Order: sequence, then C-alpha cells, then structure tokens
Amino acid sequence: MSDQIRLKKGLDLPIAGAALCEVTKRVAPGLVAVKPTDFRGMVPRLLVKEGDSVKAGTPLFADKKNPAVVFCSPVSGSVDAIVRGDKRKLLEVRVKADGKNEAEAFSVPKISSLGKAEMTEVLLKGGVWPCIKQRPFGTVADPEATPKAIFISGFNTAPLGADPEFALKDDFAAIQAGVEALGKLTKGGVHLSLPAKGLPANELHKLTGVVFHVFEGPHPAGNVGVQINHICPINKGEVVWTVDLHLVAVIGRLILTGKYDTRRIIAVAGPAAVKPSYVEVPAGVSMKDLAEYFGEGDVRIISGDVLTGEAVGPEGFLGFYHNQVSVLLEGKYFEMFGWANPIRSKKYSFSHAYPAFLRGGKKYEMDTNENGGERPFLMNDVYGKVLPMDIYPLYLFKACLAGDLEKMENLGIYEVIEEDVALCEYVCPSKIDIQNIIRQGIDLMMKEM
Amino acid sequence: MAQNFFDKIRPTFSEGGKLGWLHSSFDAFETFFFVPDRVTRKGGVHVKDCVDLKRLLIIVVMAMVPALLFGIWNLGFQHSKVFGLDWGFWQMVWYGFVKIIPLYLVSYIVGLGIEFASAQMKGHEVSEGYLVSGFLIPLIVPVDVPWWMLAIAVAFAVIIGKEVFGGTGMNIWNPALLARAFLFFSYPSKMSGDSVWVGGLSKALAGGTPWKGGEVVDALSGATPLSHASLSGLDAAGTSAWNLFLGNVPGAVGETSVIAILIGALILVCTGVASWKIMCSSVLGALFVGWLGNIGGVTDIPCWEQLLLGGFAFGTVFMATDPVTSAQTECGKWIYGFLIGALCVTVRLFNPGYPEGMMLAILLMNTFAPLIDHYVVSANVNRRLKRAKTV
Repeated sequence: MSDQIRLKKGLDLPIAGAALCEVTKRVAPGLVAVKPTDFRGMVPRLLVKEGDSVKAGTPLFADKKNPAVVFCSPVSGSVDAIVRGDKRKLLEVRVKADGKNEAEAFSVPKISSLGKAEMTEVLLKGGVWPCIKQRPFGTVADPEATPKAIFISGFNTAPLGADPEFALKDDFAAIQAGVEALGKLTKGGVHLSLPAKGLPANELHKLTGVVFHVFEGPHPAGNVGVQINHICPINKGEVVWTVDLHLVAVIGRLILTGKYDTRRIIAVAGPAAVKPSYVEVPAGVSMKDLAEYFGEGDVRIISGDVLTGEAVGPEGFLGFYHNQVSVLLEGKYFEMFGWANPIRSKKYSFSHAYPAFLRGGKKYEMDTNENGGERPFLMNDVYGKVLPMDIYPLYLFKACLAGDLEKMENLGIYEVIEEDVALCEYVCPSKIDIQNIIRQGIDLMMKEM
Repeated sequence: MAQNFFDKIRPTFSEGGKLGWLHSSFDAFETFFFVPDRVTRKGGVHVKDCVDLKRLLIIVVMAMVPALLFGIWNLGFQHSKVFGLDWGFWQMVWYGFVKIIPLYLVSYIVGLGIEFASAQMKGHEVSEGYLVSGFLIPLIVPVDVPWWMLAIAVAFAVIIGKEVFGGTGMNIWNPALLARAFLFFSYPSKMSGDSVWVGGLSKALAGGTPWKGGEVVDALSGATPLSHASLSGLDAAGTSAWNLFLGNVPGAVGETSVIAILIGALILVCTGVASWKIMCSSVLGALFVGWLGNIGGVTDIPCWEQLLLGGFAFGTVFMATDPVTSAQTECGKWIYGFLIGALCVTVRLFNPGYPEGMMLAILLMNTFAPLIDHYVVSANVNRRLKRAKTV
C-alpha cells in the first residue's frame, strides 16, 4: 500500500451533460471499423481484402515493422470496405457483422506457469497486444522491449468520462485475469492507481497481484502519464507500458474464455447529447448505431473526451482506445463584445478574469467556439497551473516548435503525450494548438531516433 | 446591425477581394466588435476556455484607470498650487484632461499605426499587446513632453523594442519603459530636473512669464519629492509620507498616488492577470536595501518610505509584472522581483545625480530575466538527468 499522492494543479472541467449511471442500449454488432490511424507510428500491412469473411479475432492488418503485432476484427462477418485517404494511406477497414458472433478458436495455456516470452506470444496470437501502449511516445508496445513496469489508471478524471466502477462492474474477474497476465511481462510489477475518494468501497482495491497507488486531485490526476511522473518517472532509455483499464478487461476475457471479445460499455455524454447515459457497444462501433443520442442541429461527434478525442462525424467509428463518445454543439456564432462582457454567465473560464470561479458547482453548456483569435504566447504562467508534473511546459512547447531534440529530451518529452498537455491547450488565452505542437515534437523524436 | 455591416463588407476584405490586402486590419476591427465564429480544430481540444488576450489586457487597462483618474486631477492640482491659482475641483480635472488627451492620441495613433502596418506586412492578425503599452506611456512621461518627441519615442519602442524581435510576446524589454528610457537619454533636458513634472512650469520658467505666487515655486521648485527625499528625508523635501501615499505631489501622471496604484494591484492580483509573487518580492527587495541603507547611515529615511517614493509602486505593479518581459518560471519570479526592488533603491541611494531607479532597475532585470529562467530550468533538467543516473 503506497502513500496517497495529492495533486493540486489541474482542472475538473465543469461541462454539462454527464452520463447517467444506467445502460440504456445494447448495440448489436452492425458495421464496425478498425482504424490504423488510432495506433501511433504504426505502418499497416493489409491481411484481408474486401469480401473476405472474418471472425472475431481474425487479423485484418499487421504492423509492417513488427509483423507479429496484428490488429483484429472485433466481430464476425465480412470485410465491407477498405477506406484509403491521400497517398493511399489506409484509414479504415470496415467489417459488416453477420450476427453469428463467431470467434477464432484459441486455446489459452495455464498462465501461472508462463514466462515473459510465452505470455507475449499468447497476447500477440490472441490479437490483444495492441491494447498495451508504450511510453515514451504512446505507441503500441514493442514486444521485444523490456518495460520497467506496467501502469494502469483505475479511474477516469477526463471530462464526462466513463466511470470504470460502473462501466466495468461486471468485469472484475476479467480484470483480475488481465493483471495476472500483464504481471508476467515485467519484473517491475503492475501498478494500479485508484482515487482517494471512495477507496474502501472500490472493488478494484480487492485485486491481487498489483501495486496500488492512491491519487487525489482534479483532472489530469486520472491520466496515467501524470501518475507515472509521480510514481516512477520515465528516464532516457527507459520504457514503460500502460494499459487502459477497460482494455485490461479485454486481455482478461481472452485469458478466461479464449475469445477476442472487445465489447465495452461506453459513456455517451455531452451538452448536446440526448439522454446522456451508458451504452454497450462492440469495439469500433459506427456512430450511426448511436444516432438517437445525438441532438439536433450542427453537432460535433467526438470519439473520446472533449479534450483529447477525435471528431469523427455522424458516420464515423469509435476509436480503438476510446470508451466514450462526446457530443457538442458547433460554436459557429459571433458574440458582440463578448470579451468585454463583465459577467458572461454562459461561459466558463479557469482564469479569474471572469467571475466564473465564484459560481461554484455550476455546469456549462460548452460548445466548440474558440472564444478568441490565435495569438503569440503571452501569458506564460497559465500552463503550469494545469500540469501537475515536474516539467516546465512552456519551455518544452518551445523546444518542440524549434525542433531542438536535445532540449526536448532534457525538458521531458519522454514523459508526456498529447493527453497530458490537453488542459494547457484548453486554458491557453492565446488559443494555441498545444497538443499539435507536442504531437509534432514526438513525431520528430520518433523519426530521428 | 453591426453584424450585418461586417457580413456585408467581409468579402471585400477577404482574400481575393478588392481590399484583400487590408485583411489584418479588417480582422482586428471585426474581432474587436465580435468574438469570432471560429471553431476548434478537429484533432485538438474541442472546447476552449472563454478567456482571450483581449480580456486579460483590458483588465490591465482597467487596473490603471484609478491611477489615471487621480493623475488627471493631480495635474490640475499641482498646476494651480504652483501658479497660485484658486481653482475648483472641476477646473483642475479639466486642466489635466486637456493636458493628457493629446498624449494618448499621439501614443495610440503612432503605436497602433505601426502595429497595424507591421501585422499587415507580415499577414498576421493584429495583436492586442499595444493596448496596454499605449495606455502606460502617457502615465510615465512628463506631461509637458513635446508631442513630436513622444511620437519618436513611441515609434522607437514599438519598432526597435518589439517588432524587430518578432512582435508581441517576443520582446525583451517592456515597450512602455523603453519609450521612457529613450526620452530620458535622448532629451534629458525635457525629462529630468526640477520643473518638468508640473504642467506648464518649464514653459513659464523659460519664457520668464510672470505668474502669481512665484515665490512658491522658488521654495518648491516643482521637484518630485524623490530628488531630495531618498537621501535627506521627506521633511527636507517638503512633503510627508501621507502626501506620498495619497499622491498629491508632483510627478509623472500615473505614478504619484500609491493608493490608486494599490487599487490597481488589487484588481490585477484578484483576477490573476499579474503575478503577486513579483509584486511581493519587489517590495521585499526594496525594503531590504532600504533597511541596509538606513542602518548603514547612507540615508535617513526608514525603509518603508522608499516604497512610497517616485515610480516604485507604479513600476512594481504595472511594469515589472509584464508577463512577456518578466521571469517566466515561478521560482525565477521571486528572484526577478526581489532584484528589481533591490536595484531600484540601490540606484536611489548611491547615485544622487539620478534619483529615479525604477525604470533602469526594471529594464536591467528584463535583460536578465531569461538568464534567471535559464538557471531555474537548468536545475529541472539536471534533476531529470540525475534521476536517470541514480535509478
């Protein structure tokens, strides 16, 4: 049992439209997609063609650099379409379900006797390897690497995020099997972070074979990158692996049943969502299957949370790592003298330049308006207020902009990925796309290394 | 209605339109009237905080308003006192108002003109930074400064002080202080001495115009109390700590009233726009050196009176805290502010020929702020490297 770590910096975004703790729909598999773009730095090699019939767990494409890492179909059916973008870049492999729910037969050996190499083999063959991400840089884990430890965040502080205590309440056995399997992959142990609030009642606290850490504080306390920074920061040359809790359950189900089963309970939420609540869906579900939850008008449908997610549109698909769909109104309107309005009661501001901080627990109907024009970096101290890490964010951003590899390395590029600096982008009064700066910095590092 | 107007003329100013080359200027005016309809990028943060630079900078301007209003009254008050006029409140205010308006016109027309032209040339959006600098400049120059001099100083500050470094956010020195420093070193006769700080006095002295109550002037000479006080004490300078706190003493328009400046400081600190750490540490630095000087026998005045004198309060609250030119690391801010206060009083005590230390103290620390930050950041980098070695 480790000490409680209290984080003061950060912000719980007061956005309206949180999901009610109720599963209001179970989507039967229809059209689903696996998107190679969800996996950073991965160059896909296609293994199927249009019309091929597949089962749940049949590989659709593999990583060219690491052919053992395969990305599987989440449902049984046939390959409906292979969507390519500019320069024939592979964007989506769409699979149409046939309703038979067949899965690839896969026999799992008894895991307690396995070593690292055998366990890796099991997870690769079972198709669940992409669930494991690697830091630095947030790529799919390299099976050859030796991770210092494996980190799992047991709670979610992202705006409107799915609460794992509700969404995964039936998956306790699978999560237990999952952490046991992951434990075989590292000598550094599996580290699970839990929230201080409600700790005694937390089911996850009963897991065995993991090292617990307790965190308290606002978002991004639930981000695994922030937790690693406080538990055991990543140094140059080191590698750690991270797994989202709901994907630990996917790994666990493979171990328990031998099936590639990626069904998940996601939160559909947001100010423009109709009846925000939880929905059970197959991985890569089409947004068309969730259309009844999206409000009228010009809405933006986001796979993931409103800070880090990807706008996929009403015909898009859920991302591989996502367990949340956020719905926002597009903010295409002018606001006369908005910046001069002393009250501006419908908008939230983290800064004290507006009286929003006096309004306590009020939730806001946020939209996608930028609320200002893009300007140079000016207010230099706001970023540190929402990044609870031992890092000077502004200097890191500027090193990324300058493409100075040595400085990026010294200032902590190995310890962050985009989601960790998302709040910096939210609060930035100069409206600078900070996640994009970090993304380009990481891309440059990966290219040069 | 305004919305329709902008919608109607937008095509003319958009790319390819007849006046497309004026796009930046159109954009500046449009965003002044309306928060634009731009939406967040599809791959980044989808919602954004409602604060923007316009909001933050307008708060700085609002925070300076008490100092400006007091200064306007004080201009009339000083003038009537020196010339022995029996003026009422509104006459004093009117006098100050007439004096200050041309300075603002010159400051904004020249400064914003250059900003617009430069944004236009680079094809950027016009940044709002000059709104604050332009508001500051008339508050810190002598009220009788010739307009052409002020125009040159503003042009110098904006072009050499800011645009050559890449514009707002990239400058090393505070532009407003740079304008003052330019005036001070280029036209010292108009910027220092005993008579420049009271409206109309230099002219009257030079022209030999007779005025009622001339003997008052001989006694007071219209000097800022600072020029005597920091060494020989407030009584010898013919003033008191209470007067300095209220601000009914001669001086630059904005800097005399500590109470008005404190109202501004309160606004800045409550809204979190300016760093309280810099303000605090600057006060500590000034107290420390003032105390050393006092016990060392250099000066007779107690250290806390240093805080009331000259431009210290104004500089600490409005200029040292400029987020662009100050230290940017939290730890660096303490060092930066402390050194500003300490240097300011050091200049006062050890350079009797040059009584006002604040301007140079801030400009000097602006120069060294990146160095302070460099060492603070290096400590973080070393910590990271050390961590890698010990594991």
